[in-house]
Amino acid sequence: MTLTKANLIQAVYKKHPGLTKTQAAESVETFIQLVKESLIKGEDLLLSGFGKFNVKDKKPRRGRNPQTGDELILDARRVVTFKPSGILRSKINNGK
Amino acid sequence: MNKSELIETLAEKVNLPVRETASVAKTIIDTMSEALVKGDSIEIRGFGSFTVKKYDSYTGRNPKSGEKIDVAPKKLPFFKVGKDLRERVDEAARKAGGK
Repeated sequence: MTLTKANLIQAVYKKHPGLTKTQAAESVETFIQLVKESLIKGEDLLLSGFGKFNVKDKKPRRGRNPQTGDELILDARRVVTFKPSGILRSKINNGK
Repeated sequence: MNKSELIETLAEKVNLPVRETASVAKTIIDTMSEALVKGDSIEIRGFGSFTVKKYDSYTGRNPKSGEKIDVAPKKLPFFKVGKDLRERVDEAARKAGGK
């Protein structure tokens, strides 16, 4: 099974009777948007109890095209990594 | 940014009281956690996907003392950044840093 945005909206709508379906959808969309914006700005994002999204700068490095074996330079780049919180890790391993 | 800062901004943007918004944020995070606990994956387009990877037990070593240790089998959540986010994070860095 795969959880999607639609499932998240449904969960919010069900658990928060005070919200309309539109408000539930808007809340989930905006939540994701804010997480993205933070990372695009280069700011790490900490969701305590879940994990931390880090923005890391990678140096340029020499690599190879695995198909042809040609050497090439891989540019410096910025990437997002995720480190799960201890709470999430233990929940996943203990089944609750 | 941390969770409470996110909640404050979210409350302003969606025009809901901070308390309600905090509870909505909790529902979002709990729903995602529960999916991973069940072994399900999460897929949010433009953002990324989470999968749970299973690792078998193996014999590792304490890097300091060199002692052998048995590492129990474990499961770890793994995040793969979506294409849109990956590109936008990198583009922003190029613009800002002039790399």
